[in-house]
Amino acid sequence: MDLALLENILFATVRTGTPLLLVALGAMISERSGVLNLGQEGMILVGAACAFIAAYSADSLMLGVVIGALAGALVSLIFAFVALTLISNQVATGLALTIFGTGLSAFLGAEYVGQSIEGMTRVELPLLHKIPLIGPALFGQDLMVYLGLTLFALVFWTMRSTRLGLIIRAVGENPQVAHALGYKVLLVRYAAVLFGGAMAGLAGAYLSLSYTPMWAEGISAGRGWIALALVVFASWRTERILMGAWLFGFASILHLLLQGFGYDVPSNLLAMLPYAVTIVVLVFMMSRKGAKGLFAPRSLGQPYHPPQ
Amino acid sequence: MKLTPLLALTAALLGWSLASQADDKPLKVGFVYVSPIGDAGWTYMHDRARKIVEEEFGDKIETNYVESVAEGADSERVIRNLSARGYDLIFTTSFGYMNPTLKVARRFPQVKYEHATGYKTARNVGNYQARAYQARYLAGMTAGAMSSTNQIGYVAAFPIPEVIRGINAFTLGAQATNPNVKVKVVWINTWHDPAKEREAADSLILQNVDVLTMHTDSPAVIQAAEARGVYSVGFNSDMSHYGPKSHLTAAVMHWESIYRDKIQAVLDGTWEPKAIWHGLKEGVVDVAPFNEAVPEWVVEKVNTVKMQIINGEHAVFEGPIYNQAGELMVKEGEQLSDEELIELEWYVKGIDG
Repeated sequence: MDLALLENILFATVRTGTPLLLVALGAMISERSGVLNLGQEGMILVGAACAFIAAYSADSLMLGVVIGALAGALVSLIFAFVALTLISNQVATGLALTIFGTGLSAFLGAEYVGQSIEGMTRVELPLLHKIPLIGPALFGQDLMVYLGLTLFALVFWTMRSTRLGLIIRAVGENPQVAHALGYKVLLVRYAAVLFGGAMAGLAGAYLSLSYTPMWAEGISAGRGWIALALVVFASWRTERILMGAWLFGFASILHLLLQGFGYDVPSNLLAMLPYAVTIVVLVFMMSRKGAKGLFAPRSLGQPYHPPQ
Repeated sequence: MKLTPLLALTAALLGWSLASQADDKPLKVGFVYVSPIGDAGWTYMHDRARKIVEEEFGDKIETNYVESVAEGADSERVIRNLSARGYDLIFTTSFGYMNPTLKVARRFPQVKYEHATGYKTARNVGNYQARAYQARYLAGMTAGAMSSTNQIGYVAAFPIPEVIRGINAFTLGAQATNPNVKVKVVWINTWHDPAKEREAADSLILQNVDVLTMHTDSPAVIQAAEARGVYSVGFNSDMSHYGPKSHLTAAVMHWESIYRDKIQAVLDGTWEPKAIWHGLKEGVVDVAPFNEAVPEWVVEKVNTVKMQIINGEHAVFEGPIYNQAGELMVKEGEQLSDEELIELEWYVKGIDG
């Protein structure tokens, strides 16, 4: 394997990992605050459809990105209202959101199937993109990839060394205590869910504006579910989410590469790699007594009844 | 997909409520689709054909469809629902609907059924297929002539006979204009995942491929080719607006020609349950207009062969044909029969994958 090929593989890995990174960061924040939102797939799709429609109609990719994020946040607001204010079952509400989002995006985008736009172009950062091996992968991508990396840094810093990060974690670990300390549990959870929705919307915008600049129903093809698995795989740690996104991204293109080089590996086997790894991690986490508590936010998925 | 039953139910209800408003008794034609009509590929083209015939027949017919119907038990329920709601002619457009269609058809002898891509017929069930491989051959000829690295990439969904037939026909076509050409196949195990289709295309371009085509649903492969400055050949529909520079031509499907005939036959009372496999001759498949990058001699050659296939002077799977191992599979002067084509599971020489 020569250098150019490796560079290309790394480039493709980062690109494939970007939508996973965006969704997983949002889902992680929402789960850290104690809310399990299984509606990621639906939010990505609505984000992708709205982003494409906006970019197509207004001929502006930037507007598309903004609208995509807003649309994602808007549908997550429905989830937040039902799951947090009406205190419904989060799992059921999340699944319903996925179904709703899939249908809504198909309805909104129906007129736009078969239309094409000029997708995002690569922006090479001066000098940096010439670094051998990792240069093109990290500094020769389009703006959405940079945005993903920036948001990663932001989330990493927030969760690690800010008061806000501590509050989010406190709310996710023990909402009663957080409430007793004077924090507004519902407000924090609402914000976390909306952030998650916006991130999923961004991932959708990335798919329909940059990765494959078009709208087709079901364009996300299960990436929302992979991202949810990724959060578990990363055991809710930001830095592991970045590594995991690249790893999952690499796993999902690995079988394409191997086939091309004539290795006779069953491609179905490789295609299921991300899921298999997640199951292994889950088994590992659950099998050690009490280990679950070390990783998962303690009140994850549990309804919170604010004291009257 | 989890939402399929829900969608199917809503669509069935919608179909029923629309249908119940009719007074002047037009012929009621139902369509059952396996994927959403927005898939930009297989179902999209079937639905386009539905709209075309609906336009043409005006108030003589009334059409309706149910989309995203899973193969198996779900489809049986949907087909039965349509039958019970008084549909006169029902098109079921996916391979896996074959047995459910036959099963329901026994219960509703007055309803006529047409099943796509299967191989069974019954007293009131016909089936229809398109010889997409003929258009693939012509598309392959174009691709072969335009390749300078002699490497063509093919992004494919699943190794089933229909896909294998297309790959073989494409390869034979490419070899007809460029004897040294090799076709590299990458399997992605899905009909519809634009991002994965794109990655597969990119990984093929990395391996020195300079023309790309696909047997999947979205135009992502065309976009990848356009972005990297290599040529591409579309499938299902003319995808040139996704790759103005890269899109050479496409193997396109025109289901309306079959739907027109079948509906007319039912209106005339001459419908019979037949198994038809239409191709270039009947206009069900064709090649899309050529890119201006394609030289005149190639266009002429493709058009000549197209006429020869239409006139029956030339068959796509005409010997001598060798398999990957170099064994002679079809002798000179012979050709594969339709039965052999339907079960085709070996690759011709020159295919990698």
